[in-house]
Amino acid sequence: MTGFFDFALTYLPVLFEGTIVTLEIWAWCMLGGTILGLFLGLGRVYGNKSIYALSTGYIELFRGTPMLAQILFVYFGLPEINILLSPIVAASIALGMNTAAYQAEYFRGAIRSIEAGQVEAARALGMTQTQVISNIVLPQALRRVIPQWSNEAILLLKYSSIAFVIGVPELMARAQMIGYSTFRFFDAFLLAAFIYLMITSILAQCLHMLDKRVSVLPRAG
Amino acid sequence: MCLLKVEDVYKSYGDFMVLRGISFQLEKGEIKVIIGPSGTGKSTLLRCLNGLTSPDKGKIWIDGVEVTDPKTNINKIRSNIGFVFQSFNLFAHLTALDNVCIGLVKVKGMKKSEARLLAMEELRRVGLEDKAGAYPAELSGGQQQRVSIARALAMNPKLILFDEPTSALDPELIGEVLNVMIDLAKGGMTMLVVSHEIGFCRAVADEILFLDEGKIIEKGHPSVLLTNPSYKRTKEFLHKIIELYGEERD
Repeated sequence: MTGFFDFALTYLPVLFEGTIVTLEIWAWCMLGGTILGLFLGLGRVYGNKSIYALSTGYIELFRGTPMLAQILFVYFGLPEINILLSPIVAASIALGMNTAAYQAEYFRGAIRSIEAGQVEAARALGMTQTQVISNIVLPQALRRVIPQWSNEAILLLKYSSIAFVIGVPELMARAQMIGYSTFRFFDAFLLAAFIYLMITSILAQCLHMLDKRVSVLPRAG
Repeated sequence: MCLLKVEDVYKSYGDFMVLRGISFQLEKGEIKVIIGPSGTGKSTLLRCLNGLTSPDKGKIWIDGVEVTDPKTNINKIRSNIGFVFQSFNLFAHLTALDNVCIGLVKVKGMKKSEARLLAMEELRRVGLEDKAGAYPAELSGGQQQRVSIARALAMNPKLILFDEPTSALDPELIGEVLNVMIDLAKGGMTMLVVSHEIGFCRAVADEILFLDEGKIIEKGHPSVLLTNPSYKRTKEFLHKIIELYGEERD
């Protein structure tokens, strides 16, 4: 039996290929989820009755059902109505739609946290509702949402491992494959865990820097 | 022609009737101060004037345009009326300069470079050109209120409404804001001010309106109303605020 380091040297390239796929899914679903989540959040705060009901229904549906069920539904269920998706696309869509529901609530909270007085002051200057939202509310709400958004970004990077159930060759799937072919599951999963930890640490650090950089609230000195 | 005309305005919140038939006028260049106990609808009245709140009944005209007509473009009217809030309400994510600029750029469609020049001019007028780059959180209450006055002035308003502009300030910061307001008054600005600053009233007010329980129960020139009010309620109220705020300031 060769040592752990030889094992790592041999199989890390395979795991890195899986890491690229993981990051790809993550990037797509964060992008789509953030945009959709923002609109759902806005719909919950500013929408008329039907937009509010639609956004709320969406959020309840996606928060109230298991992510595993959602991803299986998109990949295995949709083909029955002639929507055929590749595993990576199906995973990105399912995870993106899921995170959108959570992000919508974070956006809603951040939008609501903007002081009513600032909104009134903007209205008093003669701004339209749309101008108030885009110039006063969102620039501040998007800053305030960064901590929760960061949480979601990190969670989703790990949740993307669920894509392996529909055959996406992402990091966890590769680790399992290596495990089966070498019977060294412990080492394979340890390496995978280490890679996840590396990425999430870097990501957390970047997001923390972003949060500090865009902050306009009381600064030291 | 009068700049502001208020005719028989009523407003209720639920069962509570805040305004019970308010009527008055304001000529161009005139300065009127509204005083009265808390909860008598002073702020509600100001908010009705620029459409932040709609009255249940009654009409309001500004420069001949009916504010209370649903067909009126309220944003256009608002861009001509300055509003200075008790709690300043500066935009927290913008510097002092950008707080003054944003209305010019977004509402008046002015070029950013032009707006900055004009905004700097207004900050100079309130004595804060050296704070142009500061964020609201880095300014004192008095400075924030002066920026908010500059923000209102930059829009070149026909009229400025002040809703208790000094009530949220520490006593030692009130003077700097009042001085800016007195300068404006002397410069011919039309102003409607909710305030209990007796010194300010004496210095610049053309008329004081005493509001109680949603009605104007007495009005008159400060020299008359402050020294010799006709109603018992007015007398009691004045007695209280003089006890609280002192007879004169500045």
